[in-house]
Amino acid sequence: MTRTLPERDRAAEARAAEMETRLAGIQREIDALRRRGEKDKPDIAEQIRALEARGGELREAMLAVRTAWQAVAMARHPQRPKAQEFVRALLDEFTELHGDRLFRDDPAMLAGLGWFDGRPVVAVAPCKGRDTRENIACNFGMPYPEGYRKALRAMRLAEKFGYPVLSIVDTPAAFPGDAAEERGQAEAIARNIGEMARLRVPVLVVITGEGGSGGALAIAVGDEVLMLEHAVYTVIPPEGCAAILWHDAGRSREAASALRLTAQEIAALGVVDEILPEPHGGAHLDPQAAIAAVREALRPRMEALARLPVEELLRRRYAKYRAMGYYEEQL
Amino acid sequence: MLNWLRRPKHDRISRRDMPAGLWVKCSRCGTAVYHKDLERNLKVCPKCGWHHRLGAEERLSITLDEHSFEEMDAELASGDPLRFDGYREKLSEARANTGNADAAITGVGGIEGRRVAVGALDFAFMGGSMGSVVGEKIARVAERALADRMPLVIFSASGGARMQEGALSLMQLAKTSAAVGRLHEARVPYLSVMCDPTTGGVTASFAFLGDVVIAEPGALIGFAGRRVIEQTMRRKLPERFQTAEFCLEHGLIDMVVPRSELRGVLARLLRFFGAPQVAAPQAPEAPGDPEVGRP
Repeated sequence: MTRTLPERDRAAEARAAEMETRLAGIQREIDALRRRGEKDKPDIAEQIRALEARGGELREAMLAVRTAWQAVAMARHPQRPKAQEFVRALLDEFTELHGDRLFRDDPAMLAGLGWFDGRPVVAVAPCKGRDTRENIACNFGMPYPEGYRKALRAMRLAEKFGYPVLSIVDTPAAFPGDAAEERGQAEAIARNIGEMARLRVPVLVVITGEGGSGGALAIAVGDEVLMLEHAVYTVIPPEGCAAILWHDAGRSREAASALRLTAQEIAALGVVDEILPEPHGGAHLDPQAAIAAVREALRPRMEALARLPVEELLRRRYAKYRAMGYYEEQL
Repeated sequence: MLNWLRRPKHDRISRRDMPAGLWVKCSRCGTAVYHKDLERNLKVCPKCGWHHRLGAEERLSITLDEHSFEEMDAELASGDPLRFDGYREKLSEARANTGNADAAITGVGGIEGRRVAVGALDFAFMGGSMGSVVGEKIARVAERALADRMPLVIFSASGGARMQEGALSLMQLAKTSAAVGRLHEARVPYLSVMCDPTTGGVTASFAFLGDVVIAEPGALIGFAGRRVIEQTMRRKLPERFQTAEFCLEHGLIDMVVPRSELRGVLARLLRFFGAPQVAAPQAPEAPGDPEVGRP
């Protein structure tokens, strides 16, 4: 059974908040100097350089403190490699599959076939865009029920042929819309979770960005669940938590800390199996290195899981989720 | 009443809705109803038919054969794994108000003489939210159903996952779904009853995974909250959005069953799915005035 987490380091949280304020101040000064349109003058250019250097030092110092809110910002970073980019880079001869055969093709969920390390696998991943136009097209990575049903259809295909499933997870949430409700968002998520728990092939999951609640878990029940260093995994977005608890979405930073959503805390709770280190400063600074790290981590695990008899695989998967939770047995 | 449970009993509706004593105003239609009439009518307003919420004990007492219930895992209590500000205080308050250790009561009981593994969530305990204890109890009662090959019946009433337990609460969706999934393979029937309200993580796990999914009239059933959806879509939603009747119309549930008929429907389904009758059928404990029998 899970242990409890240590007390939050509130001093570090306060320090980080203060550093962020300072950093924002420096950025404002730089912007102000630039706006004066005299940035070609040697002394102004010198001032800007000095400020940028101070900003850089601060950013480095903040990386060392690692607060939950920074992790949230990092996980949501627009330049962070997208789940679909991981899939397309990790798999050779990727062939996309479309549609849930029931309603439509959900562009917020990618499903397809490909070769990983010489082995046929079926992959699923939510899709986020790089800019607003792309994001509108893929609904900001928030699937409808048909997205989850498409993913399940792909996973069933994997099961039929005995191929492992690879799920790359980065989604803020299942889409909260009226049409999604009408078509059974809850049922689709429940179905996926239940089916993944007993899918008769190895399931490998990597949480690369936002692990947003039930919408993420619907493609994240697996034998091996890995998590990138700066990814987050949470039962509710910090904004929603702050709104419910304190009726103030502005207190999201506090909620992020309280929810214990960083990879380090999630691993300590026993919710994920391992944390994968990212390139210094975050995956967005070197996407190729981040993808390579994921490939290296997956390779031995996929091999080991492929050797397990199915019944043993299922027994272990059940036991793993069965043991998650923290409670006391009073007498 | 409710003498088959060990812990002190609280009649929540009478405390909450009838502070003045004998007459209670229906929160839906505003009609004043004599409290014993409301009790006898299983807390369904005789005027407008609104199904008022029941606590987990009340739910079990009106559903199960009298004296048939044996509770399981009553001693399970939530810890504070995240050291979440204010969680311990909220737990103590909910325990004091409800007399229960957490938001679910589970065990084994009879419905018209057929033995079932049964669970009921309690909305009065932190909104019926599912943390580690609720997840563990649901998983254990499902495992009991599997071990004894008896049907599982779960009454849900919950706002969803308990955010004070963070990702551990989220993992209860996986734990409970995996546990009821095993019944599927063993061909043990699982009947899910959604009561007002059943939302969020509970709908997105065991509540929607029943072989038959039943809802009480008017119950709020949905994944995302109305306010969040209205903000996202930037428009108002119709009144009946996410009601049991709305879900039935959209093909999400099998039936909407009035409270007075629920026990009979469950018994009929249990018989259909082959649950043996091991005891003589007994009426549940009569609600309200013990002298008055049920219709």
